[in-house]
Amino acid sequence: MQSTTRLFDDNSRKALADAPLQQALGKLSSNFTVKRALAAARLPEFEALRDQARDIKDHVLAHLDIYLERFEANVVAQGGVVHWCRDADEARATVLAICHEAGARTATKSKSMITEEIALNDHLEANGIEPIETDLGEYIIQLRHEHPSHLIAPAIHLNKNQVEATFRAAHTDLPPGRNLEEPRSLLEEARAKLRRRFLDADVGITGANMLIAETGSIVTVTNEGNADLTMTLPRVHIAIASIEKIVPTLEDATTLLRVLARSATGQENSVYTTFATGSRRTDDADGPSAFHVVLLDGGRSSLIGGAFQDMLRCIRCGACLNHCPVYGAIGGHAYGWVYSGPIGSVLTPGLIGIAEAAKLPGASTLCGRCEAVCPVRIPLPRLLRQWREKEFEQGLQSKTARFGLGLWAFLARRPQLYRAVVGVVMRILGRLARRHGSFYNLPFAAGWTADRELPAPEGRTFIDQWRARAGGHR
Amino acid sequence: MSDSRNAVLGNLRQSLRRSDDRATAEHAVEARLATHAANLVPERGRKNRVGLIELFIAEAAKVDVTIDRVDALAAVPRAIAAYLSTHNLPAKVTVAPDPALDAVPWQDQPTLGVRRGNADARDAVTVTGAFAGVAETGTLVLLSSPDSPTGLNFLPDAHIVVMMADRMLGTFEDVWTRVRSRGEGFMPRAVNWITGPSRSADIEQTLLLGAHGPKKLHLVLIDEPGA
Repeated sequence: MQSTTRLFDDNSRKALADAPLQQALGKLSSNFTVKRALAAARLPEFEALRDQARDIKDHVLAHLDIYLERFEANVVAQGGVVHWCRDADEARATVLAICHEAGARTATKSKSMITEEIALNDHLEANGIEPIETDLGEYIIQLRHEHPSHLIAPAIHLNKNQVEATFRAAHTDLPPGRNLEEPRSLLEEARAKLRRRFLDADVGITGANMLIAETGSIVTVTNEGNADLTMTLPRVHIAIASIEKIVPTLEDATTLLRVLARSATGQENSVYTTFATGSRRTDDADGPSAFHVVLLDGGRSSLIGGAFQDMLRCIRCGACLNHCPVYGAIGGHAYGWVYSGPIGSVLTPGLIGIAEAAKLPGASTLCGRCEAVCPVRIPLPRLLRQWREKEFEQGLQSKTARFGLGLWAFLARRPQLYRAVVGVVMRILGRLARRHGSFYNLPFAAGWTADRELPAPEGRTFIDQWRARAGGHR
Repeated sequence: MSDSRNAVLGNLRQSLRRSDDRATAEHAVEARLATHAANLVPERGRKNRVGLIELFIAEAAKVDVTIDRVDALAAVPRAIAAYLSTHNLPAKVTVAPDPALDAVPWQDQPTLGVRRGNADARDAVTVTGAFAGVAETGTLVLLSSPDSPTGLNFLPDAHIVVMMADRMLGTFEDVWTRVRSRGEGFMPRAVNWITGPSRSADIEQTLLLGAHGPKKLHLVLIDEPGA
């Protein structure tokens, strides 16, 4: 996918002015966040399970080369094929080749962020294969030529009127006078439309929430059942996943599943969790006759063993998005690439480079709510700070920001001078604002005062006050 | 593609500084896969049979599963006919070719149309068995096989599961123990954990049942006295 993260500031401004988006984001805190808290509270072992989930992923990452080989051997033992892909180009070419070999004209797809990452749909379309997204939210945004704005709720930025308009424009074979006022009628219409596509598809493409080394299984998790129809009905099933999705055993997968749904939607369990292993067995009445697993590296093998390895524990639940004040203000599209929210701000620089994604690590207040809810305890604020350090080392900030930081560093390293300068500035500001107690505009501070007033200092610094009150008694 | 395989694995090994420790690392992996030890198992699933059934019913009800308890396989046709009529569903079911359902006396309900086999696109109601129930989250576990085609679980508007109460387990770890006891090649093509009927909240975060899979999930649970 082409990134627009360089336009983060403009994107954010647009997002703040987007009324349907703001309305949708307003519901996040009463929906996902509340439900997650209730689900966590209902399971006494939840915090201990998060520790174990973290440890499982750490163990896998430290042995990833070996687990990948075991996974491959077990897929092959079940009659499946594993395709290794270094980058997006190879992954796209691999999927296309499988489709061509199968003589496919249509491919149903269940939600996969990896296929967003490699921009698979555009590639298939350009080569004569029609991709059909089947997750309801993904279907809606595919019709609108948009990208997902949330890890698990891709169309969260839209309201029902926008969905209605989209369906009326796309489903021109249906009576124009039909009633589509309620979400229920929109759902029914999508169900009927997509049912035909499921039955007719030549190839089914799914992502995978996990890959199980022990059995060569891929795990899909959905609430709609679309992944199952996608993988069961066509002749060929292609599962595409990035290499860090491996878990050792069925028991380890179970532990991760116990924290996944609860963190994502606050459900005790998602409706459909499927462990798919190989192709249709002799005498089976259904299932695909070919089973392919496409493994994407996409920059991950270089992140292992480095300062950013922890982010590869991510299981894509979306909890950090739901709890982030920045995501809650601007939504997912403003981040400009596949992954948004706190995890997007650490993953994107890792996968497409800090030079391209330099704006993202700054898009955080470092309040720490993301880390507090992450089911695999990724230290997101620390990773964001590390990216900021890289950004500074590589000179990616604006001249003004670098000058400001340089000036501050110069002063901060000279405490006497710092106190003297700050003391003078405080007294001047305090005097200037004596009448109102705050500033409505101030030179060099328009970024703050454009939207809110700046409380004025009361004239004395903390150190001054400390000396006056307690300095003598310490 | 073997170039890519070597490149990915080579890069990983370089990142992991894998050289002298290769044997130790392989040993750690083999040991973990061989023992497939359970991690922390939630206490809530450790109960006796009666407790598990109570917990299952409570959890399943929260996710919109409806449950009918009968005391014998012989009572199943009548229970299903009554369910279909209450919910205005057609009196016609496609039943999995599962031997566990062979003894159901369908002929007792002459007005109920019964076909054995896999689902086709027009089937409104299907009936299957289940490998297990999991009390922990009110989940039904189905394994694909010639006796239990996966289409029956996903294509109809209403999916009815007929299960003996002795198939109720406490936790997913119990399920894996039982799946493993099938021996060599214990994983079927598909293991489906099903926790309620299909749903989506993709339009304005409004939860609606019946997105692509069944709109209704109904369990007929058979408690045979003395079983």
